[in-house]
Amino acid sequence: MKYAYFSGCKIPTHLPEYDIATRAVLDRLGVRLADLRFNCCGYPVRHRSFEASALSGARNLALARREHLSIVTPCKCCYGNLKHAEYWMKQRPQLRDKINGMLAEEGLEWDDDVRVIHLLTLLDEDIGREALRSRVTRPLESLKVAPHYGCHALRPGNVVQFDNPLAPTIFENLISVTGAESRDWPLRLECCGNPLWEKNSRLSIRLMNRKLANAAESGADILATACTYCQLQFDKIRKEQPEKQRKVPELASVLYIQLLGLSMGMDAEQVGLSKKSIPDSIFSSSSIPEEHNKVLKH
Amino acid sequence: MNFYNTAFYISLSVCIFGILCRISTWFFRHVQTEDRVSFFPRIMENIGGVISVFAIPDIFRIVRKLLTDVLLQLHIFREDRLRWFMHMSICYGFLYLLLFHALDEQISLRFFTGYESTLNPFMFLRNLAGFLVLCGIGIAVYRRKKFHLLKKTNRKGDWAALLLLFLIMFSGFLLESFQILSPAIFDEMVEEYMRTEDPEEILPLKAYWARDFGVVFPQAPDTDNAELLEEGKGYHEESCSFCHVKPDAAFVSYPLSKIFRPIGNMPDTFRADRILWYIHVLICFAGLAWLPFSKFFHMVSTPLRLLKEKTEIRAENAAESETARSLGMDACTHCGICSQYCSVAPAWQVLGNPDILPSEKLASLKNLTSLLPFGKEKKISGFAEGSYICTECGRCTELCPSGINLQDIWQASKKELLRMRITEPHRQIRKHTVSEWASILKEKEEVSPEIRLNLTDRPETFRGCVQCTICTNVCPVVAASDDPQSDLDLTPQQIMNLMRLQMKDMALGARMVWDCTTCYMCQEHCPQGVRVADVLYELRNIASERMR
Repeated sequence: MKYAYFSGCKIPTHLPEYDIATRAVLDRLGVRLADLRFNCCGYPVRHRSFEASALSGARNLALARREHLSIVTPCKCCYGNLKHAEYWMKQRPQLRDKINGMLAEEGLEWDDDVRVIHLLTLLDEDIGREALRSRVTRPLESLKVAPHYGCHALRPGNVVQFDNPLAPTIFENLISVTGAESRDWPLRLECCGNPLWEKNSRLSIRLMNRKLANAAESGADILATACTYCQLQFDKIRKEQPEKQRKVPELASVLYIQLLGLSMGMDAEQVGLSKKSIPDSIFSSSSIPEEHNKVLKH
Repeated sequence: MNFYNTAFYISLSVCIFGILCRISTWFFRHVQTEDRVSFFPRIMENIGGVISVFAIPDIFRIVRKLLTDVLLQLHIFREDRLRWFMHMSICYGFLYLLLFHALDEQISLRFFTGYESTLNPFMFLRNLAGFLVLCGIGIAVYRRKKFHLLKKTNRKGDWAALLLLFLIMFSGFLLESFQILSPAIFDEMVEEYMRTEDPEEILPLKAYWARDFGVVFPQAPDTDNAELLEEGKGYHEESCSFCHVKPDAAFVSYPLSKIFRPIGNMPDTFRADRILWYIHVLICFAGLAWLPFSKFFHMVSTPLRLLKEKTEIRAENAAESETARSLGMDACTHCGICSQYCSVAPAWQVLGNPDILPSEKLASLKNLTSLLPFGKEKKISGFAEGSYICTECGRCTELCPSGINLQDIWQASKKELLRMRITEPHRQIRKHTVSEWASILKEKEEVSPEIRLNLTDRPETFRGCVQCTICTNVCPVVAASDDPQSDLDLTPQQIMNLMRLQMKDMALGARMVWDCTTCYMCQEHCPQGVRVADVLYELRNIASERMR
């Protein structure tokens, strides 16, 4: 299995642990990743110009198409925008002609034969839950996880075709593979607040806090994400907030792929977890050896 | 003082003065105006930094970097062999010519006993060096003409630098070929080395040189007379051969001289070789004087930048960071690699603002932070747009062959923009009320309305809307507000209503439009299939465009 790996702009400089964990876990699962020199998915510039966003998305699709590869991305916003570009390229012949004209300048061409999937889909469909389960050697028993879906992979459902946009199950199913228990929580499908970060930061934080409180009420030990921006919001940005303003429970946010890696018997360090403090709840699970705990707490 | 010395010292003084001026800007220029460190403390801080290098482990690292990055440029070799060959040929070809040809009296004569410019290997090496430089120029032109993106970012300065190098090389080759042809130079050499005025002796030598050395005499000697030639060869070996080899070692100039042979003796009547010498020397000196004011200044700045690790600057040390940034701006060679692989280059293709591309944005920043009171023609709005479109993916920093920490420069300049309250449209929108914006933005001409999906102008987009308020009820932004009417100006369903009434302008400045999280809850829940979130996106597109 080989895919073009679309890490997106933020991962290399702002969230390298997502890259480390994704590569390490996929490597163990026998998935090969090709690094093409992709450009931005077009999500950030979509506010400013639809066409700039469509060209950005379509160019990436065309790059993967040239290599005859499917794209896999660990970021829900990248996923959403690549699908968005694809959707409108299919819908509007005029747009398609214009964008393809621009792509032709560098010998590229978009067509609708490029498959784009999110990392969770790769795990759930291409590898399959049964195959994953057979690799789990250290189930995260007794860990209660609140899955945070991430909007841009879910909606608009007819464009992104990820899962049921209002009643998805993929994340819960994948959490159950790791041996952890997933908690249902009312705000699981809502926005993390990151799209408004640095645009209306107060509102961004308020949206995040609402979700955190809600997830904590559900009895979860941790929040799980599968999106670069959601993780940045729940982890890095939250930690930057002054102590006083953190009125909500300190519910740590962990990337799903890191949880999967741990359950497959990988070390915390291998999945990029060593640099920050991790909630004890993950490791209080009896199946994880004590020495890992020490590594993490140093 | 003769012409040569006068011209040399004038251009050298200009060059040194220019270099000093530019180096001083490394301690004056500010990207961030807050907590500004003044000139002298900044120099002291940086001297401290330099001294710390002399700690033993650092010295080893610096020497290693000097070898791998500055001298051999292995980082470019790994990335692109052709580009590496291009730069190496120009750099070392030119360096050879500078040291062993231009400065032959100071260097070649001292280090090589019996050095003569007309002996091998010097004659051959000089041509080889010039040829390599020409090859490098050829590759550079090809690169700049061929590559998508790169060809659109070329500047006059890039072409001027290549043209100057080309003129130096071309005039040099031309000079040498006219020297080969010149009977006047032959006469001078005879006078100096053969010390005879006897035409009987000179004629055989002339014949020999006309045949084997390509000299074109006014009265062509008989080059078919074997006896004469044999005699000429004798004179040649006696007086000339110890310091003049056959010119075919000059594998560029000699064939070039053959092209001019049909013109005959005409160039020699006005001593074309002397005129060419003046031209060649003047171009070289012009280049020397121009060095600090052109991209050639990277010869000074880039090695210094390369010796520092990209991320080595101590972030907490404002003085050192600011100096590293200024040095970085000067170390840019405008090679265009950063722009060629920029993650948001497609945004530039559509929006056309060159400041979206790192190489151009850096030049604009340099212009905006310029210490000179004049020439600041760059607009900060364009720079700001480019800065906010940048996604900070770090690729420009990773790929920069000059080792510039561009990421740090972008982050610092973005902070400064925020401090100056030059923000994204999302924030600007709070400056006015929704009705003020309606009149401000109504006036503005739309640049390219065809680029959008045009959802807002199509009545069918909203035909289904029955004002059921579901979109408003599921909106997390509305839910997070205690008083949506005053926090958000309009609710999603009210915006859809304005759209139905074709009152787009009234919605452009509504905070609901700009506080939308793009979660698509509204659109997903709409029982009538109205693309609510897509419409909000489009309103932001329209307003951003009109605000430019």
